[in-house]
Amino acid sequence: MANVNLKINNIPVSVPEGSTILEAARAAHIEIPTLCYLKDVNCVGSCRMCLVEATGARGLVAACVYPVSEGMEVQTNTEKCRKSRKMTLELLLSTHKKKCLSCERNHNCELQRLSAEYGADEDYFEGSPRGYAIDDSNPCVVRDNDKCINCMRCVAACKKQHVGAIGPIARGFASHVGSPFNVDLKDSNCVGCGQCVVACPVGALTLKSDVDPVWKALADPTKKVVFFTAPSVRATLGEAFELPVGTNVEGKMVAAIRRLGNCEVFNMDITADLTIMEEASELIHRIQHKGTMPMFTSCCPGWVKFVEQSFPEFIPNLSTCKSPQGMFGGLLKTYYCEKNGIDPKDLFVVSVIPCSAKKHECKRPQLNGDVDVALTTRELGSMIKTAGIKFAELEDEKFDDPFAACSGGGTIFGATGGVMEAALRVAAKMLDGKFEVIDFPEVRGTAPIKEATYNVAGLTIRVAVASGLENAAAILKDIKAGKRQYDFVEIMACPGGCVNGGGQPTLPDSIRNSVDVRDLRAQALYKSDKENKIRLSSDSPVVEMLYKEYFEKPNSHKAHEVLHTSYNANPKV
Amino acid sequence: MEQTAACAGCSLGTPEQKKALDKLIRESRSTPGCLMHILQEAQGIYGYLPLSVQKEIAQGLDIPLSEVYGVVTFYSQFSLNPKGKNRISVCLGTACYVKGSDKVLAEVEKELGIKCGECTEDGLFSIDSCRCVGACGLAPVMMIGEEVYGKLTPDKVKGILDQYKEASK
Repeated sequence: MANVNLKINNIPVSVPEGSTILEAARAAHIEIPTLCYLKDVNCVGSCRMCLVEATGARGLVAACVYPVSEGMEVQTNTEKCRKSRKMTLELLLSTHKKKCLSCERNHNCELQRLSAEYGADEDYFEGSPRGYAIDDSNPCVVRDNDKCINCMRCVAACKKQHVGAIGPIARGFASHVGSPFNVDLKDSNCVGCGQCVVACPVGALTLKSDVDPVWKALADPTKKVVFFTAPSVRATLGEAFELPVGTNVEGKMVAAIRRLGNCEVFNMDITADLTIMEEASELIHRIQHKGTMPMFTSCCPGWVKFVEQSFPEFIPNLSTCKSPQGMFGGLLKTYYCEKNGIDPKDLFVVSVIPCSAKKHECKRPQLNGDVDVALTTRELGSMIKTAGIKFAELEDEKFDDPFAACSGGGTIFGATGGVMEAALRVAAKMLDGKFEVIDFPEVRGTAPIKEATYNVAGLTIRVAVASGLENAAAILKDIKAGKRQYDFVEIMACPGGCVNGGGQPTLPDSIRNSVDVRDLRAQALYKSDKENKIRLSSDSPVVEMLYKEYFEKPNSHKAHEVLHTSYNANPKV
Repeated sequence: MEQTAACAGCSLGTPEQKKALDKLIRESRSTPGCLMHILQEAQGIYGYLPLSVQKEIAQGLDIPLSEVYGVVTFYSQFSLNPKGKNRISVCLGTACYVKGSDKVLAEVEKELGIKCGECTEDGLFSIDSCRCVGACGLAPVMMIGEEVYGKLTPDKVKGILDQYKEASK
């Protein structure tokens, strides 16, 4: 494609034809403020924050949607631009619920950040209060429309997830975001993936806080508190403490949790390994006994809820394996309690997860309340700050036995393609003891849909990996129409997998719009996998111990009792 | 003009209406930007756009219900409620408004126990507001069906409505 030459603030820059002024400005190392724009999610030019002066245009133009042209001269920082942006901010602030001190997004709010940069006066215009009720009916997501700036990033994110639980309603001053017929979010078809929360630039969408019961349990001498942390949390928690994106902080994370109170800290990668053992065995069983194919992974609760609600005909295709969170809860309340003579009622189980859907997963009756609280990476970060722990200065510590050592296969669960790769390693080994391939690069990376075919021990295994429910829906529709045939499909609800989950630290737009956060975070996990001496889940000494002492073999009766689950159709439009 | 799911219609009407809706969706769905057209026609079939009809359209076009509902609530021409046998339209245009038509509307709402945009349970009346019926000399004005009532005051409302109630007996 041809390049276009233009000048931005008198700096010459050459960008591909069809680029927007915003993209060209980034190439010239100039930041243009945005609010409704979010890379890969929303680009509609409605908030008017990114207005700039451009030759050949009448008045100011929205840089996020305005295409560049040859010889164009753009000014991004004139008095006219600054005045316009300041007024836009003051108009937004006129109806904004300005409870900033108690807002979860205080110090991490795009509206606050820009208001400070432009010296906007929050009381310059006196707007009528909007007076929407806070919707906290949903087990994960809380909506406070009085803080909403109608940027529609959440709506775009939800639509991109092929869920569309929310949309713009009414017009003019009455326009607001909500579910059809203004039903509560709990009655909508929300799957709880939390991508709307990730997209929200302000505090209008947050996740339910479960911090208080954890503090309470930590202070209760009758409770034994155990934490376990999901694979991707180590790759993102550092961001809450200003460490670079993609820093693996496993050791500091363990040390910090230990300093919150009397507790043990376990590694959820163990049950990721266990999931692989069970899932790979289930796959081989389905292939050899002509079971329902293709088999879908079931470790992502947002995806499971999506199937139950929107594609219930595919429930038999879901692996019966619980998610690693569900497995760990079951393992702790059975094996661990039995072995250590603990009454399961006295064991308080906290999972630390990157995900908002895992909050509602805990409440599924099939999980028997095995996990008491699911804390997001953000919540853990805030607890560490409340406790006054100097995170960046901590010495690395190791997870507690017996759930410490994992395989690299368990660790890469946190990135899209990771479950598939870990399962392929083990399935191949189970089918052909001499199979030596460890890396499956075809299923790595953040491409929306990845496909590959492998030949193992005379069997052809056709696999697909998709992240983002939009891509999942595309695969399901094609399977239904007979256009695609697979044996094994991995789906993660969030684009990029758990590293981009709804509970991960919220990075400023300026970072999210300029680097591929998902890829940087995933790289930390793949690096950890590569450095691990144990790459196969089946080689993990903990997995070996669990089967020897408790489960006997994958898919045994005991394994089915503790590690497998069932699903219910719950169609919703 | 919003409504909760509980009171929204829950069926797809008579077999003829259902058939007409199916045909409408089938014939229009491949045309880009067909949603507005389908909503207009569907409102013609049903007289309004209840939840069940919007769901059917969303499924037929494979778009989220939230998108359909967003369009329906954006345009005032679409109604979420059925229309009554007697459609009351109170003019809130400039002339009528300065002559106090808002108080007339409030009185109609009070007298019938429903809000503007809604329909009485017995289906006898529905209330809407409109902008100018071209009878500014008679402001404030309301219409019931094709009948125009001018120079209104709130105390005249009950008598007018009673005539319609009487006529329906």
